[in-house]
Amino acid sequence: MRPLTAKKIAWICGGLSLLLFAAVVLSLKLGAYPIATSDVVMTLVRRAIGHTEQIPTDFRLVIFELRLPRIALGILVGAALSVSGAGFQALLRNPLADPYVLGVSSGAALGAILSLVWAPHVPLAMQGAAFAGAALTITAVYFLGRRGGQLDSTTLLLAGIITASFLSAVIVFLMTTLSGRDLRGMAFWLMGDLASAPPIHLGFLFLVLVLAIGAIYSTAADLNLILTGEQEARHLGVNVGRVKIVVYVAASLLTGLAVSVSGAIGYVGLLVPHVMRMLFGTDHRIVIPTSALGGALAVVLADMLARTVIAPTELPVGAMTAVAGAPVFIYLLRRRLR
Amino acid sequence: MSAAPGPGASTARSNEFGAASWEPGDARLLVEQASYAYAAEGGEAPLFTMEATSFQAKQRELVAILGPNASGKSTLLRLLAGVLKPLSGRIELDGLEISQMDARVRAQRIALVQQESALLFPLRVWEYVLQGRYPYGRRLRFETADDCLMATNALAQVGADHLAERWMDQLSGGEKQRVILARAMAQQPSLLLLDEPTQHLDIGGKVELLRRLRRLADQNRYTVVVVTHELNLAAQFADQVVLLHKGKCLQVGEPAAVYRRELLEQVFSAPLEVETGPSGRPRVIVRGNPEMDTPEAGRASPPQKN
Repeated sequence: MRPLTAKKIAWICGGLSLLLFAAVVLSLKLGAYPIATSDVVMTLVRRAIGHTEQIPTDFRLVIFELRLPRIALGILVGAALSVSGAGFQALLRNPLADPYVLGVSSGAALGAILSLVWAPHVPLAMQGAAFAGAALTITAVYFLGRRGGQLDSTTLLLAGIITASFLSAVIVFLMTTLSGRDLRGMAFWLMGDLASAPPIHLGFLFLVLVLAIGAIYSTAADLNLILTGEQEARHLGVNVGRVKIVVYVAASLLTGLAVSVSGAIGYVGLLVPHVMRMLFGTDHRIVIPTSALGGALAVVLADMLARTVIAPTELPVGAMTAVAGAPVFIYLLRRRLR
Repeated sequence: MSAAPGPGASTARSNEFGAASWEPGDARLLVEQASYAYAAEGGEAPLFTMEATSFQAKQRELVAILGPNASGKSTLLRLLAGVLKPLSGRIELDGLEISQMDARVRAQRIALVQQESALLFPLRVWEYVLQGRYPYGRRLRFETADDCLMATNALAQVGADHLAERWMDQLSGGEKQRVILARAMAQQPSLLLLDEPTQHLDIGGKVELLRRLRRLADQNRYTVVVVTHELNLAAQFADQVVLLHKGKCLQVGEPAAVYRRELLEQVFSAPLEVETGPSGRPRVIVRGNPEMDTPEAGRASPPQKN
């Protein structure tokens, strides 16, 4: 019997943070304008100790103006999508659930586009609309996925896929009628793209991220029991209704946050929690923090590849995650059906 | 094992929650004129009504709830578990109304053993049993050494300590049943409820389980309530039986008082015979030509020799 301890979680998360830092350094170094690793580290150190005047202008421009904001956005989006995926998988008791598969990302995207049409200059309108779109979609999919009063995993997935395709059709319709407004940018954004910096301060977005992840983490022990069945969890003293509300709202918030800044990046929310479960066990007290770090790592690496494989041309990061994620999804699906 | 409180050391808690009127000699479980009706859904006729039911049970008592399908057994059990709130009457444990208890307090006093639902992700046996400690934990509920000891003791008491490192989905039906029971014991309940625990067990497993429940009731001072279709096992091991039929509680009492031919034949719609076994307890056999068995009659299993 080796129960999970806070110390073990701290060690594992520490290790993942180091890996993430290494990926950030690598990502700062690679690109159309390559910078030596030593220069990257020196620049970061100089910045950290406040000697910014010693940093060469081109390094400052490439590292702090171009690459670092994009990497930060990748960290934000990866962490948000993975944790919301882990939350949806536990609550819906469905290992194939994630914001993208369930159509929640499409709902958030539709919300964001509608806000661009109706209130293009209102601050936070896009984030709020993306959150509302995500929350409405998960509510609809949840009720469509029920059969005979029970949540049925196949019906739920089909409901999600149908909802996603319906919402995508609405988005295409909107984009066609909105001709003239930078259509190519929109198409890129829909595929998932970190190239355009969000109009609001990153620090604020990170604050929302930390609060929402914290809210989901506070239910980690309850989620462990809900995984063995809602009724059983109730008998063991879990307030299932409260947990559901907290996780649905926080996961929708995370999805809305991610989609509003980067479009719909698929498969991260689905696959990262599974990889973390395979590596560290299925206890949510460790799955949630490691998913946050692992998701950040995955998106930072995927975006690095998206920027470099056919440089100087850039791919949308969503195309990278889909290329890597779709085969793994099929593998998981096959394994589950066996 | 003797240094730490065993999974049965729960009676000392009785006054923590203001149950001053309750004394250990009194009935621990009190069901008084409790009734329930399932609300109709979408304009359908009311689905099922359980009429006023009363019985009491002390600690160390094993109560069997008997009756054919759709007689209200599971409804009664869910009322006892506090999942449903009685429409009228009251159900109390140690002087406290069960449906009024806070969910975690209830989980510290009542454990329900059901047929387990399929696990989504693989889980080790010890992880599963440790879940029984949830009602005692704090926010993130990192398990303490005491929790582990409690889980180990519970596994040992059901003879499953050697399974601790196995995966849940690799266990046989009987092993799984014991592990589920161990998780319930890790809750240190005073009331242990079991919903058809013998369903997927062979006859050896059924006898073993009932013996174990009998022993646990004695050693850990549990009050045990079992819903079962096993008339003969219930007759042999239960102190009391509650006989339900179409939502009505027909009779409560010692097996010898309840097991009467006319009554059982009427309830189970099968030709049955009741005789007294060597132990003085009644046993039920199917009368007449076995070719003419109805499905209900088949459930009255042949007498066991012990």
